[in-house]
Amino acid sequence: MKSAIIVFPGTNRDRDMAVALTRASSQPPVMVWHGDTELPEVDLIVVPGGFAYGDYLRAGAMAAHSPIMREVVKAAGSGTAVLGVCNGFQVLTEAGLLPGALMPNAGLKFVCRDVGVRVENSQTLFTNHYETGVTLRFPVAHHDGNYFADEDVLDRLEAEDRIAFRYAPLDNADDGHANGRTNPNGSVRDIAGIFNETKTVLGLMPHPENAIEVALGGEDGRGLFKGMAEALG
Amino acid sequence: MTPMPDTALEITPDLVAEHGLTPEEYDRVLAILGREPSFTELGIFSVMWSEHCSYKSSRKWLATLPTEGPQVIQGPGENAGVVDIGDGLATIFKIESHNHPSYIEPYQGAATGVGGILRDVFTMGARPIANLNALRFGAPEHEKTRHLVAGVVAGIGDYGNCIGVPTVGGEVNFHPAYNGNILVNAMTVGVAATDRIFYSAAAGVGNPVVYVGSKTGRDGIHGATMASEEFTEDSEEKRPTVQVGDPFTEKLLLEACLELMATDAIVAIQDMGAAGLTSSSVEMSSKGGVGIELDLDLAPQRETGMTPYEIMLSESQERMLMVLKPGREDEARAIFEKWELDFAVIGRLTDDGHLRVRMHGQTAADIPVDPLVSEAPVYDRPHAVPRPPATLDATEVPEAMPVREALLALMACPDLASRRWIWEQYDYLVRGETVIRPGGDAALVRVADTAKALAVTTDCAPRYCAADPVMGGRQAVAEAYRNISATGATPLAVTNNLNFGNPERTEIMGQFVGCVTGIGEACRALDFPVVSGNVSLYNETNGKGILPTPVIGGVGLIEDWTRAARIALPEDHALVLIGATEGWLGASLYLRELSGREDGAPPSVDLDAERRAGALVRQLIADGTAAACHDVSDGGSLVAAAEMALAGRIGLALTQPAETGPAHAFWFGEDQGRYLVATQDPDAVREAASASGIAANELGKAGGDALTVDGFDPISLLELRQAHETWLREFMTTP
Repeated sequence: MKSAIIVFPGTNRDRDMAVALTRASSQPPVMVWHGDTELPEVDLIVVPGGFAYGDYLRAGAMAAHSPIMREVVKAAGSGTAVLGVCNGFQVLTEAGLLPGALMPNAGLKFVCRDVGVRVENSQTLFTNHYETGVTLRFPVAHHDGNYFADEDVLDRLEAEDRIAFRYAPLDNADDGHANGRTNPNGSVRDIAGIFNETKTVLGLMPHPENAIEVALGGEDGRGLFKGMAEALG
Repeated sequence: MTPMPDTALEITPDLVAEHGLTPEEYDRVLAILGREPSFTELGIFSVMWSEHCSYKSSRKWLATLPTEGPQVIQGPGENAGVVDIGDGLATIFKIESHNHPSYIEPYQGAATGVGGILRDVFTMGARPIANLNALRFGAPEHEKTRHLVAGVVAGIGDYGNCIGVPTVGGEVNFHPAYNGNILVNAMTVGVAATDRIFYSAAAGVGNPVVYVGSKTGRDGIHGATMASEEFTEDSEEKRPTVQVGDPFTEKLLLEACLELMATDAIVAIQDMGAAGLTSSSVEMSSKGGVGIELDLDLAPQRETGMTPYEIMLSESQERMLMVLKPGREDEARAIFEKWELDFAVIGRLTDDGHLRVRMHGQTAADIPVDPLVSEAPVYDRPHAVPRPPATLDATEVPEAMPVREALLALMACPDLASRRWIWEQYDYLVRGETVIRPGGDAALVRVADTAKALAVTTDCAPRYCAADPVMGGRQAVAEAYRNISATGATPLAVTNNLNFGNPERTEIMGQFVGCVTGIGEACRALDFPVVSGNVSLYNETNGKGILPTPVIGGVGLIEDWTRAARIALPEDHALVLIGATEGWLGASLYLRELSGREDGAPPSVDLDAERRAGALVRQLIADGTAAACHDVSDGGSLVAAAEMALAGRIGLALTQPAETGPAHAFWFGEDQGRYLVATQDPDAVREAASASGIAANELGKAGGDALTVDGFDPISLLELRQAHETWLREFMTTP
């Protein structure tokens, strides 16, 4: 699997993502600077986490209008797989590759913790390593992860099996809440990640790239990278 | 030419006093210049001779601290301390206060505190890998506390989260002594190659002086002077002197600096922190023994009509000053322009040893640098180290409540309750190297592409320092040493943040001298030298000082991170208490929280025993005998055991060893030099401890889903967890 990571000024999980991709495919990704106007030939484009352009104006809004994003949209249109994580998910919605928007968390605070994430559709190039219905442990680390879309968009996403992940109860929650805290940001219908129509673009708020080692809190994220590496060769 | 309005300002005694200079200090200014200063010059002397920049009250005592060791590459005096971690790598770290700004404007004050300490570390060539903090707030019931906690935490979080440096640890206390003067101390730890460390000494007459980063605005003028004064009721009018942070720009500055540092174009580099362009240019020229000439017309400015006074004293954030090798300007400019940052050659080095500042074709300042620095005032302030109060015998402290209820109350008290509400607002995972997350002893962060990891912690028990400054100073160092040792890492060196009241009062100066004495004793005995630090004095409001709070930021190294210990208790393991317990309740949390008393001497710190106990637990962790380990500190052994049980999600059945005094003193006494280790081979632990001359007592065994102390009703883990997790969350979310 050949991959590229888009680096904006303010991107900060590019390195984490590069480590995860390199471990899964043994091929280090190409780092592509936001001002570049050409994409290398790759099987997967990743827009990683961070605060692109400082998230000024609105999270992901300015990044979506950068020169390189025009190329990413073009590549996605011709079927290249695109993964957006956290700030990357925000950028993909702002760029129109995914429907809906990510609003400030319901608690109006940044939240960094492990959450349960249920796989809703395992029949995709991203999720084929998982089984539908299984709950994974991924960390979240964001201020604007509150997914919102109109009811008819949400109904359509559900009807077309385009919900990738939903927040779900986590075994071993250690925060003393009697009923646990399932949804960290108030996102509608507990949505944590969605696909585009062809299921070749995935955006999600949690960080699978920070869940690749048992000693660092868990390795449930490895399945995503392995699955992509197998599907994309 | 039109005379500049500010240089034409008449220098009156009132103006001198407003600048915080005493008449004697002003006489010294006159002697150095041989004439009356211009307004800009007065401003420069004022900030350079402020307590914050000159350390005039503390310098004599700081010189008594041990700062050397085979591991030390650079001790105090640079932007940050540098310590060898082997294989061509060094860790670079420092802690710094941003107390006054954070009280006035908690969000920006705390955020720019983080920004400033990050710059101190990456200025030297290090990539920051971890942030920590040490916070003190007033009583929870004080009307401002909730607002200050919310603002400070959000400010720290937003800055670190955006720049992408994980905030992995810290400490928080609440006490009425901080009602009018909170403490916000921020620490950054970075890693650099030992052959790519950058210093601030300028060199090479004629070499270009380069300004990079953000433009200069009118924010933060006289921040360093404000940090050198007591607070009064109208201090909140000083809000405009608080700087505004932009972590996005700092992220660009970090990447641009590290990119330029990969070349050999830089001669010297210094961040513009307190006292901005003034202190950076003076320090660079002073250290290098050269003069420096600045043309302020060339300095990037955010506002129009700025005067030389304002530009020299602005504390606008995210700026750096560099001296480049001649002819390398274009190469450097290209890097900064790629990162969309300002880059301007604003001056050059000269051979006459003067700081010369020009603007609009006029000379605004012309000061000989050497006397500006070397003749800065140094005071040997009168001091009286308070005599420690009488030792409280455990039998003089009646049991406040049964052990079971006392544990639940302590686990929920403001100083021990879970800090989850705080650290969940910090991205402690970014960079993907965080091995031990917040909530344990030291946090553990891997050094990328190696098997090494750094154990990092901040520690201080101000209530001990208030009762007995010498012992409190020792204890702060010893606790940092223990927190690091409890992960299996070897303590390397410390940075300190000495927060005190007004040094012009003999009892406050006595607290300072006592604490520094204790810190020095402990650092010497534990081979744990001080490599950087910061002094924050005048932490008073309306004449009431804070508790003496000398925060120790400790860094340790473990060569193989996979062998590190955590606090989580594993099933079926025995729990052994390392170190002797006499049941010391003086100045304890039990006494304060449950008996409503703050009297008694703090626990004594036997530095020789600390050293042996530390070596013992590191050995037990390294050879695998100890599967988990936790330092015993605030709240005593039962609180530590409960924290291990919660982290391990496993119950624990405990029995008090025979003939160890009253139950409440045994379980909640805060005797020092102690650890809890979980092991499957308690005999091996006892043997190793005995060989080291350290006491070891088996307290019980892990299992089930409740914590039971023999003789008392069990506490389910759920009840214990709820007690521990609820207080801060409810306090912060209840209007």
